[in-house]
Amino acid sequence: MDRRKFLKSLGIGMAGMTCGGILGQGRLHAQGLVEGKEFLSILIDTTRCIGCRSCELACAQTYDLPIPNIEDNSVFEKERRTTETQWTIVNRYKTDKGTVYAVKRCMHCNQPACVSACLVKAMKKRQVGPVTWDDNCMGCKMCAFSCPFDKAILEAHSPSPRIRKCFLCWDKRLVKGEIPACVEACPTEALVFGTRRDLLEDARTRLYRQPDRYVHQIYGETEVGGTSVMYLSAVPFEQLGFRTDLGTTALPELSTGFLYAVPIIFVLWPAFLLGVHRATKEKEEE
Amino acid sequence: MRGKQASPEARTLKDFIAFIIAELKPRGKIFTPFNIISAPILALGIILIIYRLINGLGSVVAEAPGFPWGIWIGFNVMVGVAFAGGAYVLTFVVYILRSEKYHPIIRATILNGFLAYVFYAGAILLDLGRWWNIVNPLIGNKFGVNSVLFLVAWHFLLYMIAEFLEFSPAFAEWLGLRRIRKILRSFTLAAVIFGITLSTLHQSGLGALVMMARPNIHPLWYTEFIPVLFFVSGIFGGLSMVIFEGTISSRVFGYQLTNDFRRSYDDIVLGLAKTCAAVMFVYLFLKALVLIHGAHLSLIASPMGYWYLTEVVGLTLIPCILYLRGFRDRNIKVIRIAAVLTMAGIIINRCNYVFIAYKWYVPLSERYIPSWQEVVMALTIVFAHIWVFRWIAHRMAVYRKPPAWAVEQDRREEKKTLEVAL
Repeated sequence: MDRRKFLKSLGIGMAGMTCGGILGQGRLHAQGLVEGKEFLSILIDTTRCIGCRSCELACAQTYDLPIPNIEDNSVFEKERRTTETQWTIVNRYKTDKGTVYAVKRCMHCNQPACVSACLVKAMKKRQVGPVTWDDNCMGCKMCAFSCPFDKAILEAHSPSPRIRKCFLCWDKRLVKGEIPACVEACPTEALVFGTRRDLLEDARTRLYRQPDRYVHQIYGETEVGGTSVMYLSAVPFEQLGFRTDLGTTALPELSTGFLYAVPIIFVLWPAFLLGVHRATKEKEEE
Repeated sequence: MRGKQASPEARTLKDFIAFIIAELKPRGKIFTPFNIISAPILALGIILIIYRLINGLGSVVAEAPGFPWGIWIGFNVMVGVAFAGGAYVLTFVVYILRSEKYHPIIRATILNGFLAYVFYAGAILLDLGRWWNIVNPLIGNKFGVNSVLFLVAWHFLLYMIAEFLEFSPAFAEWLGLRRIRKILRSFTLAAVIFGITLSTLHQSGLGALVMMARPNIHPLWYTEFIPVLFFVSGIFGGLSMVIFEGTISSRVFGYQLTNDFRRSYDDIVLGLAKTCAAVMFVYLFLKALVLIHGAHLSLIASPMGYWYLTEVVGLTLIPCILYLRGFRDRNIKVIRIAAVLTMAGIIINRCNYVFIAYKWYVPLSERYIPSWQEVVMALTIVFAHIWVFRWIAHRMAVYRKPPAWAVEQDRREEKKTLEVAL
């Protein structure tokens, strides 16, 4: 390859990479949703939630899930968990400050355990935040086993099961430049959408402005290394069924120590074994 | 045993096929108690397996939201692999340390280990929701290199190949393939070294698999040393399996045991018992260290704490002491009891990580309890392993001496390497 050809292909390659990058996020950028490469997030203010379940309905409509009857208040009698057909769930909690509604769904961790667990990269943390799923999945359920929030759910009764959970409307709406359906449907702005950085600012502002309205914590700011779905509350988060013992370490970091040891053992162990084998041989010959 | 004579040196394809067909026929009594129990379970299990693979997991698996893994992973895969650990430990002792003492049991142990991997790693398939995608991590329909499971999957596959190579001379002897046996024999050392390395990594890797689930595992069981604990417990678990398996095999296959083997058998078991006791001591020491270092002593006085004590004291410390006593008094019976207790301890330990101490805070009514179908299918895997093992051990030189030509071949090879070395 001569120099001109080399420079030419280098130039084309670089141009391609740059343009690809721009075009890749362009679809979102054009709608003014993404500034740069930040995670998109949802901030949920449980003090504003009225338990109307519009978000549940919007979610079901977007992903063609069974339509919930949102008039039916009997569902609040039990604390529900998300299922393969209900990806976002409003629960009612009796707390120190009366009845509080809290919507539960995949938290879209900044460093998700499910993504680290996946041996075929079917679970993926998208550059703009959502944790999505692809159909090269084996269905090993290690993502479900590792999830600290119990939100990765494999369809039980399907011969070809998929992981079903909130995808932050990545494939249905975000790529078209629309905001998640649940946020759009919320009549009280209990859910707001934006970049994680902006929403954290917003959340802190609310905490400072109305210190009596909230407990001074943003759930999801530091939990398991931070999540893209964050909560504000008037009562301690345990009362809303949240786990507060998760720690701030990103869960994938817990197995990196082992993974780092693997190549070391792989190189040293055979050499050691061969050495021992040789050493015992000489003894025999004497 | 007549069929055997007609065997080897198959000159024509026809002879070869006739030989294989003759070998496929069952030998010995058909209506043994074991067969009467295992055959119906196997038949039912195979039907259930096909049913499950077609209709999906929910058709047979107990419904328990939040408990993704059940007895197929906890018992079949995790325990099966721990029990197969005897193979790499003994290949280390026999081929690397060159201890002739354990040579008589090496083939049976390797075969057992190989089949354990085939069937118990194979049991993963049952638990895969999208089982037809099992080749994806191997063919690169995305290599999830950050995943511990990716590592474990590859290691399973490679280790199966290594163990097959270790056992393959016996296959060649059976088929009378002299030249091929010579070639396969030359792979043994490489396969052993590779196999031990792989085993070290995936025995501990199975432990590393659960590490990300820290919030979900009871603090008495969760420690950053889980991989080390899995590795160490795999050693004594595997050796206990060797003792247990030997107890049964020496009766079933007694007719083909050489006199040398019979004479040395007690010494072998005593040696294994001593090793087990030593390794268990190391394990218990680690456990104690982890418990004190984690400042979890206060958790002992709770239901989960008592369960922890059952596992660590009842099914690890007590068998450890029994092993020591059995070794001291040369009492094989006590050693056998110790082996069974140790194995129970391993089963409980592995299942704890997968579904018992996992999400311990969930009330019993919402917990995972295996369905009868799951149990039948889990037993099917075990029985299939035993049936195939029995079939091979009756036909190939697993317990009996290899044919004269094979012994001669080994001697010549050894002489050659000695000459080269000198």
